[in-house]
Amino acid sequence: MDLTVHIGRLPLKNPVMTASGTFGYGEEYAEFVDLNLLGAVVVKGISLNPKEGNPSPRICETPCGMMNAIGLQNVGLKKFLKEKLPYLRQFDTRVVVNILGNTIQEYVRLAKALDGAGVDAIELNVSCPNVKKGGILFGTDLRALARLVTRVKQSVSSTVLITKLSPNVSSIPGFAKAAEDAGSDALSLINTIPAMAINIETWKPKLANVTGGLSGPAIRPVAVRMVWEASRAVSIPVIGVGGIMHADDAIEFMLAGASAIQIGTGNFLNPGATAQAVSGIVTYLERKGISNIREIIGRVDGTAPHNNTDD
Amino acid sequence: MNRYFKAKIRENLPLNNSNNLLITEPLDPVTEPKPGQFYMITVGNSYDPLLKRPFSYLRTTPDTIQFLFTVRGRGTALMKALRKGSVVDIIGPLGTGYPLPGTRCTPVVVAGGTGIISLFSLIETLTRRFHVLYGAKNRDDLLLLHELERLGNKLVVCTDDCSFGKEGMVDAVLRELLADHESLSTSCTLYACGPKPMLKAVSGIAAERGLRGYMSLEENMACGFGACLGCAVKTIRGYQRVCREGPVFPIRDIVWEQDY
Ligand SMILES: Cc1cc2nc3c(=O)[nH]c(=O)nc-3n(C[C@H](O)[C@H](O)[C@H](O)COP(=O)(O)OP(=O)(O)OC[C@H]3O[C@@H](n4cnc5c(N)ncnc54)[C@H](O)[C@@H]3O)c2cc1C
Ligand SMILES: Cc1cc2nc3c(=O)[nH]c(=O)nc-3n(C[C@H](O)[C@H](O)[C@H](O)COP(=O)(O)O)c2cc1C
Ligand code: FES
Repeated sequence: MDLTVHIGRLPLKNPVMTASGTFGYGEEYAEFVDLNLLGAVVVKGISLNPKEGNPSPRICETPCGMMNAIGLQNVGLKKFLKEKLPYLRQFDTRVVVNILGNTIQEYVRLAKALDGAGVDAIELNVSCPNVKKGGILFGTDLRALARLVTRVKQSVSSTVLITKLSPNVSSIPGFAKAAEDAGSDALSLINTIPAMAINIETWKPKLANVTGGLSGPAIRPVAVRMVWEASRAVSIPVIGVGGIMHADDAIEFMLAGASAIQIGTGNFLNPGATAQAVSGIVTYLERKGISNIREIIGRVDGTAPHNNTDD
Repeated sequence: MNRYFKAKIRENLPLNNSNNLLITEPLDPVTEPKPGQFYMITVGNSYDPLLKRPFSYLRTTPDTIQFLFTVRGRGTALMKALRKGSVVDIIGPLGTGYPLPGTRCTPVVVAGGTGIISLFSLIETLTRRFHVLYGAKNRDDLLLLHELERLGNKLVVCTDDCSFGKEGMVDAVLRELLADHESLSTSCTLYACGPKPMLKAVSGIAAERGLRGYMSLEENMACGFGACLGCAVKTIRGYQRVCREGPVFPIRDIVWEQDY
């Protein structure tokens, strides 16, 4: 069975990745999953300097989903390179570093430092809804996005560049195309959807930050639609994220056009979710008599082998 | 040893209207917990509610882990409906536990509401004379009274509405105890768990009198094992995770940001 997929020039041994911010720096999960089994580990968004994050409460639950306003708490570039990256490098898996800056210069400095440090790919987070400056601004302004991607691309030599798009735009194909034209090697989508919840007893917002990002199964249909739209607009690979809990969901995204997928919130419910998704995908392909996973990418065309009974 | 395991419900006994004793039987070998540690438990078999819920363990036996829970909202209402024989997913034991008191310190345990559950496993391991101050809203909310009496130490119970024991809040009872026992001010170790306003008041008393001790905090949790950073609280060392660096923190470390 061939599970290999490609993110630009970067081959992954299987399409299952972790979603940034939900998998810590990998070590938090090592007792629950064999990291060697995963296509790639995407670490928590890194900024130049450590970030404290937002006051609590930072998370709350919503129907089939959760909202978070972590505020990008992270250890910062220096500590990441010194303490976290060497740990991840022990495993036979790709390491993708999600980065966040307030200015183009900050993104460029981060990208340069990581390019030299031997990470496999950089994922540009231009879509965090929980910080006031930077972040989402790049993700929702076409020209700002193009400028950012161009500059970061010029500053890295070997590292693959993934742009993680914001779902908070009216037309995803335009942003997908802009990132591709500016030189991004791949896209990932979606990040969490800006949302709000209110406690009707206290009349207070449920999050200290008032609004937060919605994730989990509740957002999956939105994410599938955006992956489908984006993958038709570009020729670079698209990575699908949003509400994937197990193999079936992963396959749905791949049929919509995703070359790989990331599991986020699903890891909280089941810390072994990623490894189980890999084995579930194998079982599915066997059942369908498919020997190469790349055959299913973008095949939302009704031509499934061994037709299911539920069509 | 597994920290993510399936467990069969052996009993789910209603103790009164809003509290149940949940006896689970792990189906895999599990790690022995320390007092103050907790578990994340799946409350239903759909995605709504989505997240596991955190619970302190009450006690363990060679083949069971027992929990005591109060029905608060949707998740715990579903837990109340869990039938004998059904299987749930559990992650744990998680977090740090309560450090044991130094050899010359008298433990003073201050519990508010369901906070008694987290402290109960600690109380059972204390070998020295100790004080337990336990407050609840009313008589119906008092849990584990017989067990606490059986342990035979100094127990003071109070209720907000005076339906049992002393009238008033447990922090007032703590003030009285410290006023009556001069020696405690220099030789006690406080252990506290309960609602935030109570913990804040206890922190205030500890700061005034220079007392040492530990408190167990609650925060909304998504993962329970340190990955989401959702459960952070402000401490003198910046934000720390209740599920990983806590739930038990030195009282002096907590920075109370808001009014509760
Ligand atoms: C480390 C830890 C140990 C705990 N141990 C116990 C225990 O042994 N027994 C027990 O009965 N409860 C315990 N709790 C509290 C328990 O987790 C909550 O009561 C439960 O998550 C509520 O779920 P729900 O779906 O019923 O409520 P929801 O429908 O989610 O919310 C209803 C209300 O419950 C309250 N609530 C929700 N989550 C929490 C929380 N994490 N902490 C406090 N209040 C909350 C809020 O006021 C909310 O408005 C513990 C919490 C933590 C963090
Ligand atoms: C607690 C939490 C923290 C997150 N932190 C980041 C982050 O640092 N950078 C980022 O690009 N996305 C972050 N995300 C978004 C996820 O990577 C993912 O895009 C989103 O949660 C949707 O996927 P899911 O439904 O599988 O969780 C975070 C999500 C959650 C729930
Ligand atoms: S609950 Fe996820 S880090 Fe504490």
